[in-house]
Amino acid sequence: MSAADASARLVRPVRWRAWEVVLWVAIWIAPFALPQYAALINEIAIFALFAVSLDIVLGYAGIVSLGHAAFFGAGGYASALLAKHLIADPLVGLALGTAIGAVLGALTSPMIVRGTDLTRLMVTMGVALVLLELANKFDNITGGADGLQGVVTAPLFGVFEFDLAARTASFYSVSVLFVVFIVLRRVVHSPFGVSLQALRDNRLRLAAVGMSVQGRLMAAYTLGAAIAGAAGALLSQTTGFASLDLLDFHRSADVMLALVIGGAGWLWGGLAGAIAFKVLHDLLSAITPQYWTFWIGLFLVVLMLVGRERLMRPWTWFDRGRGRRT
Amino acid sequence: MLTLLFDGIAYGMLLFVLSLGLAVTMGLMNLINLAHGAFAMAGGYVLVVLMERFGWPFLACLPAAFVVTALAGALLERTIYRPMYGKPHLDQVLFSIGLTFMAVAAVDYVMGSQQVNTQTPEWLRGRFEYGSGDWMLGMGAYRLFIVAVCVALTLGLQAILNRTRFGTRLRASVDDPRVAAALGIPVNQVFLVTFAVGSGLAGLGGALGVDILGLDPSFPFKFMVYFLIVCAVGGTSSISGPLLAAVVLGIADVFGKYYVPKLGGFIVYVLMIAILLWRPQGLFAREGRH
Repeated sequence: MSAADASARLVRPVRWRAWEVVLWVAIWIAPFALPQYAALINEIAIFALFAVSLDIVLGYAGIVSLGHAAFFGAGGYASALLAKHLIADPLVGLALGTAIGAVLGALTSPMIVRGTDLTRLMVTMGVALVLLELANKFDNITGGADGLQGVVTAPLFGVFEFDLAARTASFYSVSVLFVVFIVLRRVVHSPFGVSLQALRDNRLRLAAVGMSVQGRLMAAYTLGAAIAGAAGALLSQTTGFASLDLLDFHRSADVMLALVIGGAGWLWGGLAGAIAFKVLHDLLSAITPQYWTFWIGLFLVVLMLVGRERLMRPWTWFDRGRGRRT
Repeated sequence: MLTLLFDGIAYGMLLFVLSLGLAVTMGLMNLINLAHGAFAMAGGYVLVVLMERFGWPFLACLPAAFVVTALAGALLERTIYRPMYGKPHLDQVLFSIGLTFMAVAAVDYVMGSQQVNTQTPEWLRGRFEYGSGDWMLGMGAYRLFIVAVCVALTLGLQAILNRTRFGTRLRASVDDPRVAAALGIPVNQVFLVTFAVGSGLAGLGGALGVDILGLDPSFPFKFMVYFLIVCAVGGTSSISGPLLAAVVLGIADVFGKYYVPKLGGFIVYVLMIAILLWRPQGLFAREGRH
């Protein structure tokens, strides 16, 4: 393969495809066209942001994490506490949530570069559990099991109030998702992003080329943690509430599930997975409110036994195979 | 002091029986099975149903719990676990989380979501006390029974592993399944039997633990971390590694909950992270194996 071919292969997926533009237009129209579903749109946008953050960690860097809720919860609590005690401005809270997520990610990232998949699984889960325990025990700060109530976020730009119908919230979350998506799209197609994918596929080879495997893993983990913190901040701001649920194991498992449904290793996977998961969740819990986890579990088991590629083949969504591999 | 130590040991022994099957499947099939707790839960419910609804004696229920969960384990191994052996760890994790979701919801549906209890038989309700003051040793008869059963099981398993033909085959398959298969060892059957016995042990542990750990449909998630800690810290290549790890974990947990109840599981998790950072392969793992 000549140098021109190689650069063409790298450049091709960078360009915006027509369907990507169309989808984003559709996503932007959604909160205008369906104001009655604003709360759901808000929820999905936040969940998608969270799933995209895990995609950087799991899909691009190949780090198996069962404790991604740690960063989500830290960001959520940070922005909620800030809004409650100091500054109620949403953008400041968002920045703080992101920063807290990033700091926590950077602090814990040395832990995930060593050992096997099992070790990483345990360490990530352990970090989330430690935070959950801390949030539970320091209930004078976090409100403990009752949650942190009375978080009032000031109007966005001083103009748009966060109303009960969540109209502002939906626009707010969709815009943050959009901005993050554009930035990440640049990042994953940059030399850094490409090296992450190379690293996921063959660590030894990347080390042999002379790149710092550990440094890249840590950077990717920190990036994912920062975005997860932003997602957590969005949730506690738009719901005016922060509780232990933010850090719960279920949240880490759910987001991983959503990402796997959508397909890890491409940015749209997080979005598609979040939408599919929420829709699936709403449909199932409408049928069996108490036992919907059974059907989610069954779906997951079948998905893993049959393989995602084969299960999804009848539809062949958006030509995803080519988008990812070339 | 001594009482706490004893309680910790009993708790640790129980954890060991519960997680041994997980450690073996992890070492043998390189399978991360997060659904292991579901087998333990199944064993617990078998005991409860047999005792409460059918009035079986306690001692008859324990083997029944073992047999039922072992059969369930064998069935599942044959049908759905086997295709997962070669898959990436992420797939196994998601697959077994899915199984756990299903088990939790199914048990919730059949048995109800509230915690269930059993009546331990009369002869296990006593309590022995020796000494006095700080060094008083109080042993609940039930915990003593658990320790006795677990010690017997450990010795039995160790003997099977070291003395019998099956044990030799098992160790060979753990070390290198491909070479073992090439030597004519029926690796698939070894896997099947081992998986079944491991599940059965989990079921037995769950049945023994109904009184101590409590039993409700969220059991597999509540104790999943503990099982995984035992395997991750103890390593998966021997019986003694998980045993030591389980006993240390049990003692740390009981002491932690007694002296600093405010911090609860915090100590255990921090300890686990510290150990895994220090020895990523586990405390007692042999070098050079993954």
